[in-house]
Amino acid sequence: MEKTTNQKAWFLVLPVLILVAFSAVIPLMTVVNYSVQDTFGNNVFFWAGLEWFEEMLASERMHSALGRQAIFSAVILAIEVPLGIFVALNMPKRGFWASFCLVVMALPLLIPFNVVGTIWQIFGRLDIGLLGHTLEAIGIDYNYTNDSVDAWITVIVMDVWHWTSLVALLAYAGLQSIPEAYYQAAKIDQASRWSVFRYIELPKMQGVLLIAILLRFMDSFMIYTEPFVVTGGGPGNATTFLSIDLVKMAIGQFDLGPAAAFSIMYFLVIMLISWVFYTVMTTIDKKEMV
Amino acid sequence: MSDTAMTTTAARSGSKGIALPRINGSFIVMTLYLLFLMLPIYWLVNMSLKTNQEILGAFSLWPRNLTFDNYLTILTDPSWYMGYVNSLIYVVMNTVISISVALPAAYAFSRYNFMGDKHLFFWLLTNRMAPPAVFALPFFQLYSSIGLFDTHIAVALAHCLFNVPLAVWILEGFMRGVPKEIDETAYIDGYSFPKFFIKIFMPLIASGIGVAAFFCFMFSWVELLLSRTLTSVDAKPIAATMTRTVSASGLDWGVLAAAGVLTIIPGALVIYFVRNYIAKGFALGRV
Repeated sequence: MEKTTNQKAWFLVLPVLILVAFSAVIPLMTVVNYSVQDTFGNNVFFWAGLEWFEEMLASERMHSALGRQAIFSAVILAIEVPLGIFVALNMPKRGFWASFCLVVMALPLLIPFNVVGTIWQIFGRLDIGLLGHTLEAIGIDYNYTNDSVDAWITVIVMDVWHWTSLVALLAYAGLQSIPEAYYQAAKIDQASRWSVFRYIELPKMQGVLLIAILLRFMDSFMIYTEPFVVTGGGPGNATTFLSIDLVKMAIGQFDLGPAAAFSIMYFLVIMLISWVFYTVMTTIDKKEMV
Repeated sequence: MSDTAMTTTAARSGSKGIALPRINGSFIVMTLYLLFLMLPIYWLVNMSLKTNQEILGAFSLWPRNLTFDNYLTILTDPSWYMGYVNSLIYVVMNTVISISVALPAAYAFSRYNFMGDKHLFFWLLTNRMAPPAVFALPFFQLYSSIGLFDTHIAVALAHCLFNVPLAVWILEGFMRGVPKEIDETAYIDGYSFPKFFIKIFMPLIASGIGVAAFFCFMFSWVELLLSRTLTSVDAKPIAATMTRTVSASGLDWGVLAAAGVLTIIPGALVIYFVRNYIAKGFALGRV
């Protein structure tokens, strides 16, 4: 749509601006403030410059949390994106069964995060959980509270359970927008199932898949509640991801300076990735309009 | 574009009535996937209908002695059911605030070019992507210092951090689909901007407002970190009540499961109405 230039539109945006400034900019400035100061308690602060940033950049703790986080996000994406596309391709196109699938698939997305954690914490327990009990009964050694590999598997399966439907729903929406004529043309050309997917479906899903990948990346990068409820970051530090570590540092130990420096670097990484996301997305938007 | 495709599908499915799915590869894949999704939820429901002795004593796939005591405990004990009331209060407040500030802003983004519009739009997105863990402590200090700690409005305002950008993006997506000629015709007919917006424009994007409200409601409902940090007693959400009970009394699994089931219900109730827009909502209005 052709947009007209009108500087008065600013007045319409003003309420949002004030509200978000209040709930985002002020807290963020507090964080910046802490990140460059040190304290001996009693609310007496003095300038510490970039000390905390240097400390955090060199800290073993942050490196390992970042490493775990990166592995987690990579594994999540590697499983959820192909699985989501696969599910979307198998979804019925219309009818009662299609609505039924949509409703059931959306259900996990609407469960409070800590309840998702609770569900899986119970589900995996050896004494009262269906999963844990069954695995034990068929002789597989599984205990997510003691074994870090089992803890990882539990957290990953939980996330796949929780969020694969998001990828599938987005891919499904992309598939729905492909006109029937494309498939008929492919049939006439006797295209194989794979080439229909590769040359018709995949290009048409490109836009939504990009959104799905980046949403999943962002949300897995700041995951907190679900693994915290299931494993509490343990055993040891095995499932302590960035957010869990940050909350431990800021609220548990009240190390304000390092936590603030940590927060800012964390936020900058997210900003950078969002920016890449936004740029690629708007480019695709423009291409589609032409 | 996909929007129209989806609505036509919905219309067709409505007229066709209930048809049994054919048994083939796709059907088996979907059945397995849906089973995978439903099993953990079934287990929670199953547990909520058992007594604690049965949960811990004998392993059973369905409740042998069906009991609703766990639900009764929650619905009669104020320390439990007030958690639901508190959650509902701040979630509704947040939805109302988010939608009412997002409506004019989304209109501006969908209709006009103005200085810094692209940057502003992007900046809003970064707030949706901001990790709540980064904001937990500063929010706690900010709201404590202005005397709003442990009030519903504090949580409602804090959740605006990610819900306002979400609402703006979703509404902008819907408003782009309304032709600009409608605005122009209304102005020629002598409508003022507020009158046009409320009388003509809002009914046109009613489904968009519904979807945006639904997503604000959901994202505020599922969030725990901020709502737990900002409350202690008076405005404690149900989710936080659950976590504290686990640590305090330890083993009341039946009540815990029942509380979990009750938190799933609001989403499950309205999901049917928004099923065709759910992808659009989760994709920030970009599908």
